[in-house]
Amino acid sequence: MAFRACFKVAPLLLALLGAPSAWAEDVIKIGEVNSYKSQPVFTDGYKKGMQLAIDQINAQGGVAGKKLELLTRDDNANPGDAIRQVEDLINREHVDVLAGAFYANIGTALADYAKQKKRFVLVTEALSDNIVWSAGNRYTYRLDASTYMLTAALVDEAVRLHKKRWALVYPNYEFGTAAASAFKTLLKARQPDVEFVTEQAPPFGKVDAGSLVQALVDAKPDALFNALFGADLAKFVREGTTRELFGEQLPVLSIITGQPEYLEPLKDEIPPNWTVTGYPWYSIDTPAHKAFVAAYQAKYGKENLRFGSIIGYAAVQSIAAGIEAAGGKTDSESLANAFAGLNLTTPDGPLQFRASDHQATWGLYVGKLAVQDGAGVMVDTQYKPGLGLLPSDDEVRKLRPAE
Amino acid sequence: MEFSALLAQLLNGLAEASSLFLVAAGLSLIFGVTRIVNFAHGSFYMLGLYVAYSTVEYLVGRLGPAGFWVGLVVAPVAVGAFGALVEIVLLRRIYKAPELFQLLGTFALVLVINDATLYLWGPEELLGRRAPGLAGSISLLGRQFPTYNLFLMVIGPLVLGLVWLLLARTRWGVLVRAATEDRQMLGALGVNQAWLFTAVFALGALLAGLGGAVQLPREPANLALDLRSIGDAFVVVVVGGMGSLPGAYLAALLIAEIKALCVGIGSVHVLGLDFSLSKLTLVVEFLVMAVVLVVRPWGLLGKPQAGSRNSAPAEAPLRPAGNGLRWVALVVFVALAALPLLQTWLPYASVLAQDVLVSVLFAVSLHFIMGPGGLHSFGHAAYFGLGAYGAGILLKVLTLPMPLAFTFAPLVAGLGALLFGWFCVRLSGVYLAMLTLAFSQIVWSVVFQWEAVTGGSNGLTGVWPAAWLGDTAYYYLTLVLVAASVLLVRRIVFSPFGYALRAARDSALRADAIGIDVMRVRWAAFVVAGLFAGLAGALFVFSKGGVSPDVMAVGKSVDGLVMVLLGGIQQLVGPLLGASVFSVLQDSIMRATDYWRAVFGGVILLLVLVFPHGIAGFFQGLGNAWARLAARKPALLPREKRA
Repeated sequence: MAFRACFKVAPLLLALLGAPSAWAEDVIKIGEVNSYKSQPVFTDGYKKGMQLAIDQINAQGGVAGKKLELLTRDDNANPGDAIRQVEDLINREHVDVLAGAFYANIGTALADYAKQKKRFVLVTEALSDNIVWSAGNRYTYRLDASTYMLTAALVDEAVRLHKKRWALVYPNYEFGTAAASAFKTLLKARQPDVEFVTEQAPPFGKVDAGSLVQALVDAKPDALFNALFGADLAKFVREGTTRELFGEQLPVLSIITGQPEYLEPLKDEIPPNWTVTGYPWYSIDTPAHKAFVAAYQAKYGKENLRFGSIIGYAAVQSIAAGIEAAGGKTDSESLANAFAGLNLTTPDGPLQFRASDHQATWGLYVGKLAVQDGAGVMVDTQYKPGLGLLPSDDEVRKLRPAE
Repeated sequence: MEFSALLAQLLNGLAEASSLFLVAAGLSLIFGVTRIVNFAHGSFYMLGLYVAYSTVEYLVGRLGPAGFWVGLVVAPVAVGAFGALVEIVLLRRIYKAPELFQLLGTFALVLVINDATLYLWGPEELLGRRAPGLAGSISLLGRQFPTYNLFLMVIGPLVLGLVWLLLARTRWGVLVRAATEDRQMLGALGVNQAWLFTAVFALGALLAGLGGAVQLPREPANLALDLRSIGDAFVVVVVGGMGSLPGAYLAALLIAEIKALCVGIGSVHVLGLDFSLSKLTLVVEFLVMAVVLVVRPWGLLGKPQAGSRNSAPAEAPLRPAGNGLRWVALVVFVALAALPLLQTWLPYASVLAQDVLVSVLFAVSLHFIMGPGGLHSFGHAAYFGLGAYGAGILLKVLTLPMPLAFTFAPLVAGLGALLFGWFCVRLSGVYLAMLTLAFSQIVWSVVFQWEAVTGGSNGLTGVWPAAWLGDTAYYYLTLVLVAASVLLVRRIVFSPFGYALRAARDSALRADAIGIDVMRVRWAAFVVAGLFAGLAGALFVFSKGGVSPDVMAVGKSVDGLVMVLLGGIQQLVGPLLGASVFSVLQDSIMRATDYWRAVFGGVILLLVLVFPHGIAGFFQGLGNAWARLAARKPALLPREKRA
């Protein structure tokens, strides 16, 4: 009887352990690993953006005569699981292209995996500078603007303000510390008399806003650089408004605050005099972007876009362009070669994956925060092409390990 | 720092202390009476904030500003009612399980509640409105101080007073206090414990809900609140002394004030080094907890825990494996060894098996200290992480060859265990568990911030095995080492040292009387567990090519606990079964549905209800029943077996 039970259990076990699925020759599979459960706000728009691009490309006949297919996996917000999902995508699903990563530690792990296994990976979102610089390698490319680029986008404004006493607030992990150190270096270089009066690095997700704001008030800064986001930002903004830290007297420069993911929860509680980077999808006036928004809302209803939406869309566009440039080949060597210096046009405009450091010249929108119809928006926005935000080819070559 | 700035920061600390106290109070109450380590307490807090958001939005539209305050009352009551439901439907069924098993049920609840919240309220953060009448600030010490903070400063002590009155001056309070002291005696006196437990659990949930609701004007409702607040709550409760409400308030005050001062002072210049106290807030509460527990093993105002006359039956002595089990083990081993050969048909099996094997070793090492050792550890991931980071640092920073780095890595973890174990084995019960947690958090925070050596929050990469240990070879190395470790741990359990360890667990006093040095035996066991966890960490880091601080975060320790409890803490095969079931289930559910947390939590809840002694415990029970049945029909057995 036990023997017969084995027959009943065996198919189930096979399904659990994962028998290989059949794959068709005329399909290009994109395997995508991301923190879907842990970062639902970003990844929801991201997934929709990816699917929209896939549908559009397939409707026009696909890439090099093949249709695109997307497989997504949740990495459970840790690199160990991410690597296992990647191996599953490769071994069982036989995906052609790998992409993904939201968290910097997962992006770094994927980049290293790419190097070790000589496997092409497009890191779509993870912002850490290391991914393209100190941990950069032949097989890893990155789409979204790096922490350095985000910071560099605001330095012009910081110099223009010409304030002497600066305070810095950032979450206590690599994103925050890298942003703060880039900001200090870049500003000091262009305004040598600048003074950094206080640095506050609260734990990510656990900011003690009352004490933090008061410490900032007591430091009497002329201007503030902020890298807090998410729930931390909402607490900081509310406490700062109540305690009258913010106002016309204190200009604030803040990275990624203008992304809908982080701006929308603030509703109308937008402090005056904040200059931010972000994604003002509602006011971008180019025909290409308008068409993108129209197609997105036609597919998903009249909902607001996320920054994830455009990144997901552009990620698939990039992969399609890369395969096209590789002449339809999807092996890692061909893709790694094709991506070096790859040019394509996203709804935001033209973009290039630099051959020198594999970073895409993702442009950034910089603008002031304001309240319109009870919601926070970016106004007076200016588009900064990514190339101007990056160090020169020669400089980044020094930052990358020798191949 | 000016004196007025200092005073103002102390005021901030007072407001924070109230917030901390409100969550902690309920947890303390629940633990005191039911002895349940309620992991879902943070979920109640989170629900309190979400429900308050919705009710306030709804009521303000109808009642005007008064709706805000009505909402703040309605939300905790709703959460309290939900708590009562949870107690009746779930917890009541598992009180008789071995100690700590209820933790498993509440862990599953955390997963389910989190996904339910995501489904009901969506992923966006929800920032509530400001409190009508307390929206602004007043000038205090030359600074603007939010008026709502004044309200918070009052509500903490007010709740403390009310609950104290309830406990000290009402008949119900007398019963609760009696239950805290000796619940079996209370039952013997004819008090209906079931309803008493329900009421206490509901009150605790209500307090957590209140703690969440009053945060409405201060922070957005979001899905990370459950895990964030549970950590804080545990720390406060333990520092104050489990079951002591004034202690909890004192602890909340201490922690909040120290944090406020760290933020207020910012950076200090000591011995030519700039030291950022602001960055210290990452771990300061755990530092406080470690210091308090080392100096006062039962918290600030706690009393030694009365030896709970546990509701679960005493643990049966362990028996060496029978022939049947040996055959099963051999078959499993051969099957695992055959997996790489089946690559064509089962390409993912060996990938998953690699991770499962590492989890099994981690769970076995934790089980060794928890089961035969009787020392509950909530911070076992520290040793896993030390092994992984030890290997990575030896390889990358000290540039040792890979085989040497791999060999020395478990020793790094062993050294960590040697150091922390010395402090931990002096404590018992939940205090011991929390001290292990404190140490693991301290190690985590060092690893998290020591960018030059550990790679900071991004961790180490490029930690790959030597070329001759390519894919399949590394899998076989893992398989052989894990199998050998499992056998070795088994051997240790049945060695004189193992018997001494179990004797020390079952009765420290008697063990001492027959000449066993209880402390030293426990300390040695702690180190052994650390070594094996370190080996698991080393196996992990080379299979993934790197490591980041999440491997020694609380979540990893909790995963280990869940594996051990799921498998059955009283059987040696428990952790093997638990880790395998946990890993395979999580992996397959994760890809099957978007709401995998809820499904995974639901499955664990089901397992908890079906197997209240763990999976291995269930099968052992089945085996025993079969043996009894067989004994009753002697005719069916061969003659010589009857004797």
